[in-house]
Amino acid sequence: MRISPTKFISLLFLVLSVFYLYTAYNIQVFAFDENAPFNARTFPIYLGWAGIILSSLKIILPEKITTEVNHKHLDYKSIICLIIISLIYAAVILKIGYFISTSLFLFASYYFLGERRWGLMFILSFPFVAAFMYLLHGLLNIYLRDPFLKYIGVMG
Amino acid sequence: MIEGILIGLSTALSLTNILMVMVGCFAGTIIGMLPGLGPMTAIALMIPITYGFDPSTGLILMAGVYYGAVFGGSTSSILLNAPGIPGTVATAFDGYPMAQQGKAGKALAIAAYSSFAGGTISAIFLLVAAPSLSKVSLAFRSPDYFALMILGLTAISAFSSKGQFLKAMMMVILGLMLATVGQDSLSDITRFTFNNMNLTDGISFVLIVMATFAMSEALTIIFRGKDPNRAAKQISLTELGSIKVNKEETIKMAKTIPRSSILGFLIGVLPGAGATIASFLAYGMERNYVNEEEKQKFGKGSVHGLSAPETANNAACSGSFVPLLTLGIPGSGTTAVMLGALLGFGIQPGPRLYQTNPEIFWSVIMSMYIGMVVLLILNLPLIPYIARILAVPRNYLIPLILFFSVTGIYLMSFNNFDIFLMIGIAVVATFLRLYDFPMPPLILAFVLGGLMEETLRRSLLISDGSPNFLWDRPITLIILLITITIVGWQIFSTFRKKS
Repeated sequence: MRISPTKFISLLFLVLSVFYLYTAYNIQVFAFDENAPFNARTFPIYLGWAGIILSSLKIILPEKITTEVNHKHLDYKSIICLIIISLIYAAVILKIGYFISTSLFLFASYYFLGERRWGLMFILSFPFVAAFMYLLHGLLNIYLRDPFLKYIGVMG
Repeated sequence: MIEGILIGLSTALSLTNILMVMVGCFAGTIIGMLPGLGPMTAIALMIPITYGFDPSTGLILMAGVYYGAVFGGSTSSILLNAPGIPGTVATAFDGYPMAQQGKAGKALAIAAYSSFAGGTISAIFLLVAAPSLSKVSLAFRSPDYFALMILGLTAISAFSSKGQFLKAMMMVILGLMLATVGQDSLSDITRFTFNNMNLTDGISFVLIVMATFAMSEALTIIFRGKDPNRAAKQISLTELGSIKVNKEETIKMAKTIPRSSILGFLIGVLPGAGATIASFLAYGMERNYVNEEEKQKFGKGSVHGLSAPETANNAACSGSFVPLLTLGIPGSGTTAVMLGALLGFGIQPGPRLYQTNPEIFWSVIMSMYIGMVVLLILNLPLIPYIARILAVPRNYLIPLILFFSVTGIYLMSFNNFDIFLMIGIAVVATFLRLYDFPMPPLILAFVLGGLMEETLRRSLLISDGSPNFLWDRPITLIILLITITIVGWQIFSTFRKKS
């Protein structure tokens, strides 16, 4: 038997709702709040049950409209590349600072999306991020933490 | 009253004040377009600057910044599908598809005209009915708010689901579940944090909206890059930047604006409800009003679908000044910041302000209105240039959208956990969107989650745990009956289509 992707997602949502409900029942509340008409558990418990009921209905009821996706037309390679670059960016942003990490992220993203005009890629990464930082930090006075620029004395 | 309006006008129309409102509108538009920075931040940034000014000049500058930031938020919603504030989420439903069809200038112009018209109509309401409407504002109790939120969530699920109501309701529950992460507002007990300190404060709205809209949109464009049905069209720059609205579109706007203004204003008057619920309800209501052919265009670039939320959110912004000015109760985050600014100028809003200091009352209202007029005059000529953002090649636009999304989050928390979380949610959202699970219900549920729990808590405590609060008060009962009708209609239409 082939299960449709929508029903599979509903099944995952059912599992999530069961887990959510289990966690909701285990929320520690104050002793005096235990039998109160409403405590920190009440709303999550309602949500957990609502999630179970709705996802079960979606699994049980026949599908009126089916969503077909042709996987041959999906560009898995590019999206995986972009997600990996984003994850690396998130991992290094605190260590090497906003300016360098963001500029490198932009440069690498342009490259992986097929861009090869090096001059334009450079302008739209390093000087662009510098201008953006100046707008935030210099003009709007919004603090932007950057250990590297602080180290070389560009930022206070 | 006429005397008060004239005093307000003469103050607001001085050369210095006109200059201030222009500077404010420009600065507000720029700040509003930046990710994570909405009108609240924009006004907060202006407070220290305005301390040196006299109260009316300071308030006029803030009015310009306020409307500029709201317009800036709509711009990023329409062009990049990246709504920076909850009030402009519904704008993206039809504004973004319209921009994708190469009509970005037109979409921005419709948004600007609708905002202006909504603001104008609601300013008239504000002038005429502010004191008496404050009583309506006080008549709403916790059970009514709870019922109103249930109505809002059901309506958005019904209208954005394209016949798949259950999928939309599942997204509502997911949004509410995400809203429960973090500390419980009353007891401070942490929930669903799994001992992770980064989740103690909960998940921020900007993170969710950037992940499910902007970032997931960027990933979807890349993901479906090989799909021949979705291949990028050649868009002409002239068409992209054109702000011409034809006769048919003007008629559509003319029909939508009055009803969305009334709804937006009335919702705005209720403390806490604000522009978000107003824009979503207006979108839903508009879809109900139009004929079957127009209904099919919703979500694909409908003029009605864009005009309704834009009108309603601006009308609600003016409406939110009713409880602020007449009761001294700020109904939203933005009006709370405005209250702080008013107090800083030595103005105490409340029931006595209208009687004892009518000139201040009217100059605040008039300055808000002049802010809107100047915004329209200033921004219309800029639209053709702003719209050209979409002409940026995909290879550059996608990384720039990702950059804006990440920066919006980084500016708020300065930690990378939030960026990882955002990437995770964006990936899940991309797959959910692939199989037509709608994101708008998730966003609205997430925004309303905290308030909904709070009103349910109060209602249940007042009724000692009994569900009677749902039908004890006529207002609650009426709202609930409307909700049941929407759900019933969804079930009926499902069976009708099957048979």
